[in-house]
Amino acid sequence: MSDKKQDVGTTGHEWDGIKEFNNPLPRWWVWTFYATIVWGIGYTIAYPAWPLINGATRGVLGYSTRTEVASEIDRFAEMNAGIKAELAAMDVTEIAANEAVSNYAIQSGRATFATYCSQCHGAGADGVAEGNGYPNLLDDDWLWGGDIEAITYTVTHGIRNGTDDDARFSEMPAFGDDYLSDEEITNVVAYVRSLSGMESMGNVEEGAVVFADNCTACHGENAQGDREQGAPNLADAIWLYGGDEQSVEHSVRVGPKGAMPNWNARLDEAQIKAVAAYVHQLGGGE
Amino acid sequence: MATTDSPESPQKLYAAREPVFPRRVRGKFRALKWWIMALTLGVYYLTPWIRWDRGPNLPDQAVLVDLAGRRFFFFWIEIWPHEFYFIAGLLIMAGLGLFLFTSALGRVWCGYACPQTVWTDLFILTERWIEGDRNARVRLWNAKWNLRKWRLRLSKWAVWLLIGAATGGAWVFYFTDAPQLLGDLFTGNAHPVAYTTIAIMTFTTFFFGGVAREQICIYACPWPRIQAAMMDEDTVVVAYRDWRGEPRGRGKQREGLGDCIDCNACVNVCPMGIDIRDGQQLECITCALCIDACDEMMDKVGKPRGLIDYIALKDEVHERAGGHKRSLIKHVLRPRVLLYTFLWAAIGVALTVMLFVRPVIDLTVRPVRNPTFVTLSDGSVRNTYEVGVRNKHGESRPFYFTLGIDSPFMVNVEGTVETMLSVPADTEGKTRLYVTAPAGTDMARDDRTEIRIWVIDGVTGDRTFHDTVFNGRGQ
Repeated sequence: MSDKKQDVGTTGHEWDGIKEFNNPLPRWWVWTFYATIVWGIGYTIAYPAWPLINGATRGVLGYSTRTEVASEIDRFAEMNAGIKAELAAMDVTEIAANEAVSNYAIQSGRATFATYCSQCHGAGADGVAEGNGYPNLLDDDWLWGGDIEAITYTVTHGIRNGTDDDARFSEMPAFGDDYLSDEEITNVVAYVRSLSGMESMGNVEEGAVVFADNCTACHGENAQGDREQGAPNLADAIWLYGGDEQSVEHSVRVGPKGAMPNWNARLDEAQIKAVAAYVHQLGGGE
Repeated sequence: MATTDSPESPQKLYAAREPVFPRRVRGKFRALKWWIMALTLGVYYLTPWIRWDRGPNLPDQAVLVDLAGRRFFFFWIEIWPHEFYFIAGLLIMAGLGLFLFTSALGRVWCGYACPQTVWTDLFILTERWIEGDRNARVRLWNAKWNLRKWRLRLSKWAVWLLIGAATGGAWVFYFTDAPQLLGDLFTGNAHPVAYTTIAIMTFTTFFFGGVAREQICIYACPWPRIQAAMMDEDTVVVAYRDWRGEPRGRGKQREGLGDCIDCNACVNVCPMGIDIRDGQQLECITCALCIDACDEMMDKVGKPRGLIDYIALKDEVHERAGGHKRSLIKHVLRPRVLLYTFLWAAIGVALTVMLFVRPVIDLTVRPVRNPTFVTLSDGSVRNTYEVGVRNKHGESRPFYFTLGIDSPFMVNVEGTVETMLSVPADTEGKTRLYVTAPAGTDMARDDRTEIRIWVIDGVTGDRTFHDTVFNGRGQ
């Protein structure tokens, strides 16, 4: 440091022979410091700041992130109002051909799916896990049809819900309730699994007879299923309630049947079409 | 250790800035500074105006930071965001370069090339044109606020504002098409961000270069506090040969006096307002204007030049012992400098090599894990991958996906049965890619299979790959 500054003296601090000058702060620096204090006080008056027992001071500007988010949501809803109306008025089969509407439908359908459908069908739409009764929407197997019109109908009215007269409906009997003997059940399980090349205990030929007598009305001559009744194809590799011996036997005994709510009560038309478009493009749509 | 002595005397809490009025000076270092100023300002102001034809759909500006398109154009080089390591590498090189120059030549960056120095020099130059040299400026400073003082001050501030505005203007030209923006700026059609940026840059340039000047170097800049760590007794700095100059004194009678005639020329020209004869100081930016001023005086009184000189601490020891100053090259060639040079060059070479070997196509592959696989009705197993292909060309291109010619896997792009994805010019095409292992194959049965996804440019045949895994049923 230059000699002329020696007259300010030292602070009395000394480290290994190095002394600290007691130089005054630059004036502008002090002013800046005072300005930050004034700014800080002003800020806590203008914006929410001081914690109270039930929340915090609101600030004279009335700013809150919650109202900001709400207004942002309103703004986006307003921005999308036009295309949403277009989607609502459009026939579902035409959505894919219209890039703007299709893009909006898939993106908003993804959000709708995450909110209302993922609880049963899983966030990835794979039915949570294979064989638990919630249909996997990614594969190419559809109980009630996989084109976009069929999907839209299913979303709108639901399945076996008892609250919508137009809901898809069918019921598999519980064959364990005196319909079939234990041996017949074992045999028919062996037959059904043999259609997919799987072996199990039981007589396949006798099982085929049991199947022809009791199951073909719904599942078809070749166990190929019937979409009119939502009867699953039993000859493919996909098992809604599990394909192992115990699971198939359980299905025959109790006749499981899942229900799905009718979403026309809770979603508007554009949301239903959007979610159908989203599901349709997941990889299994027909 | 700290002693427990109480402060010797109570002081004022703060002090006003002492105004600095650097006097005009001539000499080789001053000339060098003018040249460097012309060069750096020239590069800064003119670079955005260089045109570079990249074909349709791409900007024609040689150097452009395209924030909206998230790309950086530098002549024939195009940097995408994922190649930011080039920018990071350049920043590291800039840091190491600073270490290198500081260890060899002290604060040569501060004295010659730092924007703060360059613009302060420019502002002092215009101040001198308008208000006169040092003595006139001191008088004006002390004068009462009359019409003349107002006229001079206002015209000075106006010129400073113009320089500041030009600075802000040049800065925004790096971020969008320069000729277009210039027209828009004057017709009021430019983006508000451009006006705001120019306003901020104008104010900061005006304030830093015109008003705050040496205060920035002393109080705001961290570099003076760090640079001491790069310097040692071989570092060349500006120093006063007190063994030759002292005892200083005025007048013709030089008996018993050193060479210093105590003319204060070195003090008067210093833009930092210090006296170099007090020894090494934190404030000194080694701009060497005191050397020019002192040499001029030494010429006038017929003494050898170099009373104030670029000199290293080792030289001082040598000279006091009757030896000579060593050559610059001997000071510079030492392990510390060579290490910095090596590191700097190594990163430079690495970046250059990377520039030439970086892949022509960028492929990103992200396996979808929710769910990891899907069983199809025929028993085949399908995996989904989110893929991105970046088309760096100026026109739309088809890109083909494959897992290899003899691969048993089937590949198709979402929504099609094709393996082709068409990517528009200069964008990243994103899609979901389905890879299917036929029923009964090992891949469908096994837990995981290593696979390699290739993408081929349908026009040039360029290709690249990404390794990933295929999840089977795990039975």
